[in-house]
Amino acid sequence: MTATGPATAPVTAALALGDDALVLSHRLGEWAGHAPVLEEEVALANIALDLLGQARVLLSLAGDEDELAYLREERSFRNLQLVEQPGGDFAHTIARQLYFSTYQHLLYAELAAGDGPFAPLAAKAVKEVAYHRDHAEQWTLRLGDGTEESHGRMHRACEALWKFTGEMFQPVQGLDIDWTRLDERWRESVEAVLRRATLPVPEGPRTGAWSAGAGRQGLHTEPFGRMLAELQHLHRSHPGATW
Amino acid sequence: MVTATALEAELLELAGAVPDPELPVLTLRELGVLRAVHVQGTDTVDVDLTPTYTGCPAIEAMSLDIERVLRSHGMREVTVRTVLAPAWSTDDITPEGRRKLREFGIAPPRVRDGSDPVPLSLGPTRTIATHAAADPDPVHCPHCGSADTELLSRFSSTACKALRRCLACREPFDHFKEL
Repeated sequence: MTATGPATAPVTAALALGDDALVLSHRLGEWAGHAPVLEEEVALANIALDLLGQARVLLSLAGDEDELAYLREERSFRNLQLVEQPGGDFAHTIARQLYFSTYQHLLYAELAAGDGPFAPLAAKAVKEVAYHRDHAEQWTLRLGDGTEESHGRMHRACEALWKFTGEMFQPVQGLDIDWTRLDERWRESVEAVLRRATLPVPEGPRTGAWSAGAGRQGLHTEPFGRMLAELQHLHRSHPGATW
Repeated sequence: MVTATALEAELLELAGAVPDPELPVLTLRELGVLRAVHVQGTDTVDVDLTPTYTGCPAIEAMSLDIERVLRSHGMREVTVRTVLAPAWSTDDITPEGRRKLREFGIAPPRVRDGSDPVPLSLGPTRTIATHAAADPDPVHCPHCGSADTELLSRFSSTACKALRRCLACREPFDHFKEL
């Protein structure tokens, strides 16, 4: 697909946003055949498809989408460490969806309101992401304010992923965003959902000491290499293979 | 399209008559995804097409169908360009398109007032949406017309649809979500 867009989109920002969408799309796609119910399998696949479409447009602003997706090494990816974490149980996937879709929705709304090179894509994607956010919020409520088992799992998931949430608000070169304000609005929104869901707001640090904001600099966690191997294997074995 | 020539208007009509590959009851014109046709010279044409969802895989089939139709109408070079702005909205579906969707068994999207794309309200802790009685603009069952329907899943057979069930006739149905 060739999307018309300004050729001057800053590459760093296009890779950051595009890699977030590509990597999370792949992680959500891993649920195919494993989701708890059929409707949820379809929902996660549809969210993954939305993200893949966004990734294609964004990566095309930075270069050749296939080369960027299939032929880059791990250290060249600029995605958040949050999106590369393995899916975990369903609660982990929902906690990640809550943290990420809230961030993406707020960020795209800001970009859509401006007149920068990402405005056309953001204006379109913000409407799609609104459904992802709604999906995550409703599931957070249902699991948090559900059974003892679902509450416990959702609580553990929110705690486990909390340390990856600080990285989202590290400034990205080329994006004119008030990141401190974005972080405040994110916290307000996520905390309101957690409270409604009877879940405690995590209190731990929002970055890991050794890896603060490292995804945007190309440093990734151990599971990412294995995920990338799976994502790139076919193309590297059979260059240019098509359906 | 203010300065469209007669040929451009004719090609726009031809391209607009191409059926949607996933919802063949609708044409591309009724879906509202065909933005413009620009003729360069005598037999070269650029077509502007906008996707419903950014990741909608149907757009590639649409492009191929448009190319085929316009080539068979004497155009030698057909280029279909994907344009994102202004973003497509379900309000771009024509009234005729909405009627056809309903007849096909898909509840058409409600017309938006141009405000927030999705009401982000924290509802009950079940996936069932607010009861129909409390909703001023409920989704009607395309089979029996009842306004008493419930949400089963926000995402259905494609990203653009939600899965609902009618509480009157008990039939499940797809709802083309407002975007």
